[in-house]
This record gives sequence, C-alpha cells and structure tokens, in this order.
Amino acid sequence: MKTMKKYDKLVKNALGRIVPTEINGKEAVEYLGIGKYKPTGRKYAPPIVSCADYPADGNKTLPTLKEALIRAGLKDGMTISTHHHFRNGDLIAEQIFDIAHELGVKDLMWFPSASFECHSPLVKYLEDGTIHHIEGSMNGSLGRFTSDGKMTGLGVLRSHGGRYQAVQDGDVHIDIAVIAAPTADAFGNATGDRGPAACGLLGFALADSQYADKVVVVTDNIVPFPCIPWQIHGNNVDYVVVMDKIGIPEKIVSGTTEITKSPDRLLLAEMSAQFCDEAGIIHDGFSFQAGAGGTALSIGVYFADILRERGMKARFARGGSNKYLVNMLEEGLTEYILDGQTFDLEGVRSMRENPNHINTSPFTSYNYHGKGNFASMVDVAILGATEVDVNFNANVVTHSDGVLLHGIGGWQNCLFSKCTILPIPLFRDRIPVVIDEVTTICGPGELIDVIVTERGIAINPLRTDLIEKMKNSTLPIKTIQELKAEAEAICGVPEKIAFEDEIVAVVKWVDGTVIDSVRKIKK
Amino acid sequence: MEINKIVSIGNKGKGVRSDCFVSLEIIETGGIHIELVSKVKVLYGRSIVKLLEEILSFFEIKHAKVGFEDSGALPFLIAARMEAAIKLLVKTDKNFLLPMLPQNNYQTTKERNRYSRLYLPGNTSSLMINAGIHKPDGIILDLEDAVAPDKKYEASFVVRNALRNLDFYGCERMVRINQVPRGLDDLDFIVPHNVNLILIPKCEKAEEIHLVNKKIEEISARYTLYNSIWLMPIIESALGVMHAMEIATAANNVVAMAIGLEDYTADLGAKRTAEATESFFARSTIVNACRAAGIQAIDSVFSDVADMEGLKQNVLKSKALGFDGMGCIHPRQIKVVHESFTPDAVEITKAKKIVKAFMEAQEKGLGVVSLGTKMIDAPVVKRAEKTIEVAVSLGIISKNWRDEDNEKI
Repeated sequence: MKTMKKYDKLVKNALGRIVPTEINGKEAVEYLGIGKYKPTGRKYAPPIVSCADYPADGNKTLPTLKEALIRAGLKDGMTISTHHHFRNGDLIAEQIFDIAHELGVKDLMWFPSASFECHSPLVKYLEDGTIHHIEGSMNGSLGRFTSDGKMTGLGVLRSHGGRYQAVQDGDVHIDIAVIAAPTADAFGNATGDRGPAACGLLGFALADSQYADKVVVVTDNIVPFPCIPWQIHGNNVDYVVVMDKIGIPEKIVSGTTEITKSPDRLLLAEMSAQFCDEAGIIHDGFSFQAGAGGTALSIGVYFADILRERGMKARFARGGSNKYLVNMLEEGLTEYILDGQTFDLEGVRSMRENPNHINTSPFTSYNYHGKGNFASMVDVAILGATEVDVNFNANVVTHSDGVLLHGIGGWQNCLFSKCTILPIPLFRDRIPVVIDEVTTICGPGELIDVIVTERGIAINPLRTDLIEKMKNSTLPIKTIQELKAEAEAICGVPEKIAFEDEIVAVVKWVDGTVIDSVRKIKK
Repeated sequence: MEINKIVSIGNKGKGVRSDCFVSLEIIETGGIHIELVSKVKVLYGRSIVKLLEEILSFFEIKHAKVGFEDSGALPFLIAARMEAAIKLLVKTDKNFLLPMLPQNNYQTTKERNRYSRLYLPGNTSSLMINAGIHKPDGIILDLEDAVAPDKKYEASFVVRNALRNLDFYGCERMVRINQVPRGLDDLDFIVPHNVNLILIPKCEKAEEIHLVNKKIEEISARYTLYNSIWLMPIIESALGVMHAMEIATAANNVVAMAIGLEDYTADLGAKRTAEATESFFARSTIVNACRAAGIQAIDSVFSDVADMEGLKQNVLKSKALGFDGMGCIHPRQIKVVHESFTPDAVEITKAKKIVKAFMEAQEKGLGVVSLGTKMIDAPVVKRAEKTIEVAVSLGIISKNWRDEDNEKI
C-alpha cells in the first residue's frame, strides 16, 4: 500500500475543477452534474454467516477491546470505522489505534463519520504509519496535518449521505466497525437514547452495522437482553465489549446549546425568518431543517414565534434536535421531529419519551442512491458556509487560508431542500465571505437559493419565483455581485491564496463523484 | 523624534477581534523592519505592510522596527493605531487620513427623530463595524466613560478614522467627548471629520456649551467647514439639574438634552432603583426644560441588556414622562426602544380620528371640533397631528393615509 500513488489521472469535472479519477489506488468518477451519474449493478453485501458460529445464549461479550479487534482479524491495510455520536467526547477511536499501534499493525484506513478536536492525538499514528489515511472528515489538527501534505494517502471527504452511499455501493469496504453504544445487551442490540453516555441516536453507524465484515459494539452500560429500543440490531453484531467509560458526557451533549447572543447573528436570523415569511415558505404543515449553530437555532425560535402567532404548525422539523426544537414539539408547533443528531440532554430525553421524536439515519434522510430520501421534501433548509462565490457555489471544508478545517456533515444532502438559505456574515474579522470563487466547491450554486448577509440578501437568479415574490419586500435584496463588491469595499480586495500543485484530499459529491480537490498549502 | 524608545498602541490577546497591536521603535539606521503576525496574512499581508510603510513614509520615518499583531483590523483602524504610535515619538501637525467615504458627507436636521442612540466604546472597533446595520437613529462613538483612562489617547484616533471611513448607513454620527475642559481637546479629532452631533457629558453650566461652540467655530474657520454640528448636553449632577433651563437654551445648536442617571443618583447620594423615584424630579425637570426650550428630551440608558421586558417597561415609563428618546448600550435594545417610543396602533387610530374630525370641522367652517359627544381642545389636535407625523415618518402609515382610509370605507 505504501508504494501506491495517492492519486492519478486528473480530469476537469462539470464545474471546471481539476480532480483525480484514481484515488488511493481505486477508480473514481468526476462530478458530472446534479443527478447525472447513475451507477448500475447491485449493492454491496457483507459475507454470509451462520448462527452456528455464534453463541446460542446470545452472549457475545469479550473482556477487552483488544481481544475483540484481534478476534475480528485486525491486520495491515484494513479499514476501521467509528462514529461521531459522542462528538468531542469520544474515548474509543483513540483506543482502537493505540491497540493497533501496540500490535504493530500498519497502513489502516480510518473511516469515521466525522472527526473532532478530541481526535488530534491520532496525528501521531498518521505520522508513524499506523494510519495510512482518513476518509470521513479532517477537522482541526487533522485538517492542518492533511493540508500540510503529510498524510500518506489521499484524504476523502464525504457528506453523511455520501458515507452511506459509499458503504452501500461498495466504494468503501469496512473490515471492522466499532460502534460505541451508550446502552447495549450482550447480544449486541444497542441504543443511544439512555445510559451515562446517552447521545440520542446511533444512526451514523447503521450502514456500518449492515455492511461491515465484523461489527464490535462497545458499551459502558450493559443491560439484560433485550436492549430496547434496538437502534442497532444485535443480529449484525459479532462482539460486545464492556468498558468503564466510553465517552465524556459533558462533551457529548453540552446541555448548553443556546441561541446566539451576538446581535449581528440575531439580525441574520431575523432577516432569514422574515425572508421565509415574505416568500410564503412558512405555512400550515410546512417543514424545515434546523441547524445547530447559533444563527440557525435562532431562526427556529423565530419560526416558532410566527407559527404561534398565526395558530399554525409545522408538519415536521428536521434536526439536529435541541431544547428549542423539543419545546416546539411539546408546545404543538411541530408534529414531528425527524432527528439526525441530538445536541443536548433535552433532545435525548424527548427522543426517549416522545414517540413523535423520531431517530433517523443517513439512509432515510440523505442516501442519494436510494429510492428517494426526505431531504428533498423539506420546505426550507438553513445552513452555514465558510465561503460563497458569485456563482452561489459554497465551501464548508476549507478555511479562508486554504486549510482543511471542517467536515461536510449533512450539508451537501440538505441542499436538496425546496429552498436552501445560507445566513452568513458578509465578512468575518476582515475575511470576506462572499467572494469571486470559493477555495473548495462543496455544493454547486444551482442548489443554493438564497444568501442572507447583514448588509443584503441575494437570491439565486435561477429562482425567478423567489425574486418575483420578494419584489416589493422591505428587506435589502441585492445581487450577489453587489454583495461581493460591498465586502471588498470594506475589507479590501483579498490576495489569491497560494497552493502547491499537489492534491491532499478530495471532496465527494452525494453520488460518490469527485466535486473538488483540496491542495497542499504553500509554506 | 525620539530614538530607541519602544512604544505600543492597540489591543491583542485572547478574545480581541478586528483589532491590532503595534509596537514601534525609531532607530538611527537600517531602514524599516516590519514583523507582521496576522490572522489574515494570506489574504491581506501585502496590503497591510504597504499601508504601514506608507504611513511611516508620510511621517518621514526612514528607520524603524515595527511589530504588528493583527486580528483582522480594517484599514481605518490599522492607520489609527500606527499614527497614534508614531505621534508618541514624533512631534508633528500632520494627520494621516484615508480618503473620506463619499457617503459619510451627510448632515442631519435639528428636528430628526432621536429615539435611539447606540453607545460604542471609542477604542473597540469590532463593535463599530456593524453598528449601523442595526439601524439606531444615532451611533455614539464614546471617548468618555466607555474608554479606560490609559486608552483615551489612542481612542481619539480610532474615533476620527471611524467618522471618516466607516459607513454607519445614515445614522446620525455622534461623539461623546470628555467632560469640558478636557473634552475641548477631543474636538480637533472630530469637528473636521463631519461629526453630526456632539454629546457633552456631566454638563453643569451654559458656559461649557459656549466653550465647546467657541472651539467648534475656531476649527470650522481653520478648515473652512460649513456643516452644522448639533449639541446634546448630558445632565449628570444635582447642579446640572438646577441649571437645566440655562443649559437647554445656551445656544441655537443645542438640539436635545439628556440625563445620565448613574452619576446623577451617585451625586444625590441615593440608590438607583427600578422604580426610579429618586430621579423623578430630575427627569421631570429635564423634560420640562427641554419643552420650554423647544428641544428634545432624552432619557438615560437601561443597563440590563438581557432583560428586554424590563427595558420595555422602562421605555414606556420614560415616554409617559415626556421623553423623546433613550440611550442604548446593546444593539438588541434598539428595536424595543423604537417600538415603545413610536406610536402604537391604538394611539394611531385615535390620532387619525381626531385629525379627521379637525379637518372636517375646518372644511365645514366650524370653530369647535368634536368627536362623538366629546369636545376636542386645540392641544389635543396638535398632539394627534404630531403622532400622525411620526407614524408617517417611520413608514407605519402612508402619507396619504386619509385617502387610503376613505378608499377602504
């Protein structure tokens, strides 16, 4: 694996971006346009197994994670998956690679659903060859490491839906999936909605439990069979390991998710909500995607005010759930929460107690290679971005200095909503956000409908319907070029970031094609 | 020019945003050395260095060591910090000015609404940059209490450059100078740069107004300026309250008078309470003096920025006492202040009825105006007219409200 080229065969994709079509020794397809790439064939499948090889009493427990990994056949070059349900409070991923290092295993591919700052210690395993490369997200120190060109293999960034698609289609073969579960039984049934490390749901591990060769459940709260609800089915699980502690609760669900106090962000939220109202998006039975960021959270609160005032309710709210969304559910302002990730303890409680608070997975919400998904049924999605350009293309993974900083999350998948709004400041501490050309395209402009900044709102010219509806609005409707010019008038015209030619990571689109490349930072 | 002495200006460290810190040492030989640490170095590194070099050259400094730590400062602030540092070492009458934003040349009228005015600490540019987008009637660049004593020197450069180079989107651009006589020195930094209104804090005598106006006249003559500069004295002491009338009528450019309750209650030796009984006399006196002088009466600030309901009650009380506006210390207070000071739907409906009845009576040549069985006095009509005027000016009702109302019927 070490001699393998990181990437090869560069081509220009449908957005004019130069991307490789051979990544870590595997073929890849360049982005062709929205809905253009339609692979044929059958879905991937895990090996057939027999009950004869599993204990009839259902007890699959092993004393240590090390033994489970050895029994699962851990060896050089394997793909190991973990999940980000515990966010910055994850204690498992690091232990896996500590064990691999101890056993002298090399060239592993780490396939997390997302990475956080708590995973920074893994840099040492990227350096010593224990980990060959990461496919998932490269945040914080891992992003810096990747952008400096230090990773042996090529980084691959996928959305939550893209991750499910990659596993389902066989783009990624998982050798061992380690699922950290807040509560489980000895058979491997597992749930996230209770236990000391309760995180709500385990949806990001669904694909792994279905498609990985070997599945290990790790818990610090073992209950007698049956563990109900069984968000993860023990029938897909090989081994169960009980530990003292699998996560740091206060870093999993902070319990302090609050609406923003920043007056500038509140203004963005207020303008966005007013836009939705004037554009006729808010109506009885509508649906919305509520993000977890301070601004998106505040928009949810404004939505609630509008619904309450008019005696209306939403059919469903798509979360990221938190106490504000739970309040809406309990007040009857939304009939359902379709939850993809639970951000505070109120969200966890509601999911446990309220049958209308539904745990979803990337399969139901986001998978592009399915028979539909509900992301496209959502009336309005409020999302963030680090940069937007005059073609409405947006970037969420690289920072203004070109360094990889964030994962994609469900962002790409949510772009398919009926109206996608990005409330963003025009500039942040002199860094313009609306610019000529984004550093990295994560989402094509044709799916991004509205940019709301504190100094003006730009509607995508493709949305003539929205432009017509907002014709007489008191909101400051401007063109995206006007916004860009305003940012430059205040901040100055930014210099172009200098990159090396070398590609260090690629960004996949929801269908598995390559939408853009991330290049090495020039020193 | 002082050689081999290191001076520093500005802010750095955790939590500091959109600011910069400059340390400067003028040396004898060796040229200019700039050490730049900036979070926007990749995007603006070259233009920052260019600007610093331009300023050094403007002040004829050929050899210097400059340490520049930047957390995303805009050019106006970079220039202010650098100039302030240089002037600690170099005696000069020159000022380094970036071209004035053309849209900052506007003037304000004496009668304009002054419901809200947002205080902005004079040495904190991060709070100034977006102040205008929250649409207060006025912004106050504060050189007085919101600036620490050891930062007052550098703040005056920041305020000067903000007046020239930051867009406040049509707000009345106000500056609160320091207490007279010290505040007279502040005038050099603001009068030539199209300040619309000057707040004179802790004002106790008409004499202070005269001193300010005399200095304004001198500066205006020197720079041949024609713009009107309005004054808003702030009464913050028992003596000031007793001299309220004298101050309110001290000059034609006094357009409003405000009260500062924190200092006033301290001076009184009373505790500031939510009920505000202790300041009732002072507030009433101010309102009375302002009405007698034909100027606007402006209330103090409400200091609990998290308590929006408390603020609302406070504004309603203030309005009931006869005040025309109030200070804000946080952008979120602006909306509440506007909504509470401006006429509400019930007031507007009533005012419309009265004005209509008055107009009908005039058309019919009747001397007496009546609404239903009630006779309406002239002052009531006048107040109703004022309410309608305000509602029209704020866009709550249309200019042709009478025709439109008739159409609906």
